[in-house]
Amino acid sequence: MDYFLNEVQLEIKELAHRIAEEKVRPVVRELDESGEFPWEIMKVLADADLFGVYIPEEYGGLGGGVMEQLLVVEELSRVCSGVAVSYAASGLGAFPILLFGNEEQKQKYIPDIAAGKKLAAFALTEANAGSDAAGIETTATLDGDYYVLNGTKQWITNGGEAEVYTVIAMTDKKKGSRGASAFIVEKGTPGFSFGKKEDKMGIRASATRELIFSDCRIPRENLLGREGMGFIVAMKTLDRTRPGIGAQAVGIAQGALEEAIKYSRERVQFGQPISSFQAIQHMLADMATQIEAARALVYATARMIDSGAKDFSKESAMAKLFASDVAMRVTTDAVQIFGGYGYMKEYPVEKMMRDAKITQIYEGTNQIQRNVIALELIKEYASKKK
Amino acid sequence: MKIIVCIKQVPDTTEVKINKETNTLIREGVASVINPFDLYAIEEGLRLREAHGGTVTVLSMGPMQVIDSLREALSMGADEAVLLSDRAFAGADTLATAYTLSKGIEKIGSYDLIICGKQAIDGDTAQVGPELAEMLEIPHVTYVRRIHEIAGGQITVERMTEEGSEKIRFPLPGLITVVKEINEPRLPSIKGKMRAKKAEIPVWSAGDLGTDPEKTGLKGSPTWVTKVFTPEQKGGGEIFEGEVGEQVAKLVRMLRETKIV
Repeated sequence: MDYFLNEVQLEIKELAHRIAEEKVRPVVRELDESGEFPWEIMKVLADADLFGVYIPEEYGGLGGGVMEQLLVVEELSRVCSGVAVSYAASGLGAFPILLFGNEEQKQKYIPDIAAGKKLAAFALTEANAGSDAAGIETTATLDGDYYVLNGTKQWITNGGEAEVYTVIAMTDKKKGSRGASAFIVEKGTPGFSFGKKEDKMGIRASATRELIFSDCRIPRENLLGREGMGFIVAMKTLDRTRPGIGAQAVGIAQGALEEAIKYSRERVQFGQPISSFQAIQHMLADMATQIEAARALVYATARMIDSGAKDFSKESAMAKLFASDVAMRVTTDAVQIFGGYGYMKEYPVEKMMRDAKITQIYEGTNQIQRNVIALELIKEYASKKK
Repeated sequence: MKIIVCIKQVPDTTEVKINKETNTLIREGVASVINPFDLYAIEEGLRLREAHGGTVTVLSMGPMQVIDSLREALSMGADEAVLLSDRAFAGADTLATAYTLSKGIEKIGSYDLIICGKQAIDGDTAQVGPELAEMLEIPHVTYVRRIHEIAGGQITVERMTEEGSEKIRFPLPGLITVVKEINEPRLPSIKGKMRAKKAEIPVWSAGDLGTDPEKTGLKGSPTWVTKVFTPEQKGGGEIFEGEVGEQVAKLVRMLRETKIV
């Protein structure tokens, strides 16, 4: 399918593809086994200017948008989505500052993130606040010119590796979700430490870690927007980054499809390559068709966001939901085509199946995405009726 | 520090086509890349610039399609690129190539260091670098795997030899050819690619350089290829199996039968 990418987008896609092939592919298995953070690859992505593709030029970026970011995520995910999510999570940490930060905050933090000199991370989830984000227990209490943070964030992508964290904490617990606020916290701030690093099923190259705040004092000017805006910051950020999970899913599925086609042409059973069997052919055809549909939805959503649309919660949720379900099905089918070999770590598709699973879970489970979509549908209908 | 890096565009594939009349490579229509060894030369030039300041100019001789390779060098971070292109340059051997490059370098003007890859993967001669240095009457060191120091108008390098290495200090301006052990070439950046796309790359002809027509191209080439062929496959050997004693007996018998002993 031709998506009519512009010249710069084509360059970005091509360079991300090249980095994935030349720098990531040779170490995919090693990274999956060791779970070591891929700093060397992050450096390559930084030198290639890819951390700045979605950041405005006045903050050192290339002036693109979500679409440009997705192209990088998709190409990296095609080879290793653990690497891709480490890249993407920096954007997740940067968007709250880009969307809600004041000029001073943007000038202070964004250029280094755009240059890839510093990674960013976004901290919302807690042990008792996953899908129910209103259950946040981390608190921020104003004390003179400082906010004092206490609490523990869980499963934070890029935790420990990132320098800049955007953290959602309660400034007024009585107000429930309206009592949450967003803050910028720098690594190294006294009272801010890291807990255990998770041992995960997939995306093992990425770092997932606890953030522990214990009387962590941060300057008052690190508040993003106003007090009480924390949930708006989180939701608007996630609306913008969910297509990124879609792109990750499309990339994983694309990688799995390519491996499945290659294998089916090499594997001989009953005296012929298994690609000559219609049972296999139809699986491949279905995989490819689903991927293309997912990609089209993800790209269309990204373009809608980049066009300056105000509300895209529904489309963004759809893109994430659909693409991640596709990735799970496609990678499962890829393992099936590989048969017993597909189940073995020596072959690449079992990792893709493990990696695909998380795309149905994080940045809002697919059940939550359906809630978002349904709520928007009902809202739209009701507002038309009036 | 003013650095000139000489690069060659080579066919991307081993399936090269040969012009049967001239027995030279047909380059048109074949996917081309920067000679891999020259990527190390570009990278080393960029690293020296980062350490000492200055500029990196990339120079090549060849048909107009070489512009693509020069743009790639610019996208890696080189400051300027120049192409020497003229029908009169076509079919050049290493000597005529070195002569033409030397005229290009004279036109560029001053420089401190010229860096070349140790050889091109198509011709494999490793001659152009040293020949170029001779024509420019500057010192040169080949197979450099490390630059130790540049100070006081001198450069100290480590050169690979079959037995080990040699550490050599020599005055600048000079020329080095580099081996792949020297560095790991960087990939281009998006900003670099965008800059390279817009960059103007001057193309200098025989007229611009004032080259002697007797010294360029096929005419200026004292060597020419008379025949290109794939060596005939020699008959396969025979491997004896069994006990060592039996094998030796068999070998002796065979050597006698064939009247070798």
